[in-house]
Amino acid sequence: MAAREPIIRVRDLVVGFDTATVLDRLSLDVYRGEILGFVGGSGAGKSVLMRTIIGLVPKRAGSIEVFGIDLGEAGERLRRATERRWGILFQQGALFSSLTVRQNVQFPMREYLDLSKRLLDEIAMAKLEMVGLTPDVAEKFPAELSGGMVKRVALARALALDPEIVFLDEPTSGLDPIGAGAFDDLIGTLQRTLGLTVFMVTHDLDSLHTVCDRIAVLADGRVVVEGPIDAMLASDHPWVRDYFRGKRARVAAE
Amino acid sequence: MTSRPTLAARQAGERLELAASGAWTVEHAQALEPLVEAASGRRQKVSRVAIDMGRVDRLDTFGAWLIERLVRAWRVAGLEATVVGLADHYRGLLSEVKNVNREPPPPARRRGHVTMLLENIGRAVGNTASDFAAIVHMLGETAVALLRVFARPATFRFTSVVHHLDRVGLQAVPIILLITFLLGCIIAQQGIFHFRRFGAELYVVDMIGILVLREIGVIMVSIMIAGRSGSSYTAELGSMKMREEIDALRTMGFAPVDVLVLPRILALVLALPILTFLGSMAALYGGGLVCWLYGGISPEIFVSRLKDAISLDHFAIGMIKAPFMALMIGLVACTEGLQVKGSAESLGLHTTASVVKSVFLVIVMDGVFAMFFAAIGK
Repeated sequence: MAAREPIIRVRDLVVGFDTATVLDRLSLDVYRGEILGFVGGSGAGKSVLMRTIIGLVPKRAGSIEVFGIDLGEAGERLRRATERRWGILFQQGALFSSLTVRQNVQFPMREYLDLSKRLLDEIAMAKLEMVGLTPDVAEKFPAELSGGMVKRVALARALALDPEIVFLDEPTSGLDPIGAGAFDDLIGTLQRTLGLTVFMVTHDLDSLHTVCDRIAVLADGRVVVEGPIDAMLASDHPWVRDYFRGKRARVAAE
Repeated sequence: MTSRPTLAARQAGERLELAASGAWTVEHAQALEPLVEAASGRRQKVSRVAIDMGRVDRLDTFGAWLIERLVRAWRVAGLEATVVGLADHYRGLLSEVKNVNREPPPPARRRGHVTMLLENIGRAVGNTASDFAAIVHMLGETAVALLRVFARPATFRFTSVVHHLDRVGLQAVPIILLITFLLGCIIAQQGIFHFRRFGAELYVVDMIGILVLREIGVIMVSIMIAGRSGSSYTAELGSMKMREEIDALRTMGFAPVDVLVLPRILALVLALPILTFLGSMAALYGGGLVCWLYGGISPEIFVSRLKDAISLDHFAIGMIKAPFMALMIGLVACTEGLQVKGSAESLGLHTTASVVKSVFLVIVMDGVFAMFFAAIGK
């Protein structure tokens, strides 16, 4: 296997709100083609890190490089070109409520591409089927969908432009165990088929055990442990121990 | 930059050989589609088709789908196209798209324009009746809520009423004063300009006094408040409905009418008469100022003429209308707010409807009052 290049490089990132510092000189590498699970206590800053990388939250110090491009230094056009190469799944889906499912998936395509209506429709339907939905969902509105379906449509929209990186913010939260397992399988399959890199913020121990290649733990504003699941189970850090070897974890690991 | 894709066709006897190269990805999808369309058009004297993907360096779902479309187009013509030379790591992608788009998607419902127009008119008429019923329903529920408060005074939400009184009453005073003052000035100026011809400038004072106190004060303030407070009530209740906060209240054993609607309507009913009074005074003041500066009627003459022209009746009529207007605005605003569905568009629609309906009903009520007062000889 060739030497792995980091597709996302975060170095000494400092992010805070008002007087509180949430991320304190955090450094992290995400390698091309892997599924990275990002865990931490509630309010520790997992979503903040993700939002800072994609540019929704300003940083106080440090550097973020995605695809080798320093996003802090990049101009407007370069930023927009970079944004086309990633897709984001927000925790509640964040589908546009006045558009149908098909229009939601086509939204990024219409924005950046100039394709025939026929191809737009066919590709949108293909994406919906690839995330496990049936064609009759296409003309529904987000308010008419169940929680699991909303997540799948949001995933299809995140994958609309065949991105190289997909950011998932707690994708299995609110899903029943069967649905969550199916979603994990879907991520794994799509990652293999499309060659995606997946950055997944999650609490779901089952996801961490089954589908993540590597895991990074956020505590005290920085990454304290990173590595495959075995490294987590062997770690002595008190929070990591409680998280991965506590009662719930033992049940999940079986 | 990825390399531009090409699709070269070579016909060897009855075998059509297509050679694809370059990057068959989303960035080039716009160029790819016509290439694929052109290739699928070649049908004459072809019995076998082979698509060589050996020189394709990048492939994604867009490219894979176009290949699949090409294969399906040939299949319809009775020819089975074979894909050869595809790199191993793309095989999964191609087999993934083999199964998509098999069923036609549901058609978007489309009907003739005339039919839709008639249907919309019909729906609008039907909706008017049910809208009216909803407002009457809300009136009933509010009345019952009020009776419940009288039965158990301890449950009265005093803080809430005061909070809303502050928002729709106190905070509205500056803008109300400004608008009614300006309106008084305008009426006075127009009156003097035209009455001058008949040398009847002094009667402008009568006109200002009666108009402002009876009609304009109430209507202007009601319309302003409908736009300002009515829309905010609708938007608040509507977003609460969208985020399931109203449902949460219900499940905790509270009636939304008691907690949300009653305090708002009470605040409006208390605030609007006060605002009407202040507005009328500001309008009279504005009229007086213009009469003095533009019409040459000194303040002393203005006031003494005003005393002759208006009576307590005029003032009372204006003030009596105010609480009824407030009740109407509050009921419409809260009814529309609680009818909001799940989307942002629905919120916008109902907020607009709330303002339009309240203004319309305010004017209609004013007409009804005019008939009433005329009938009793006032």
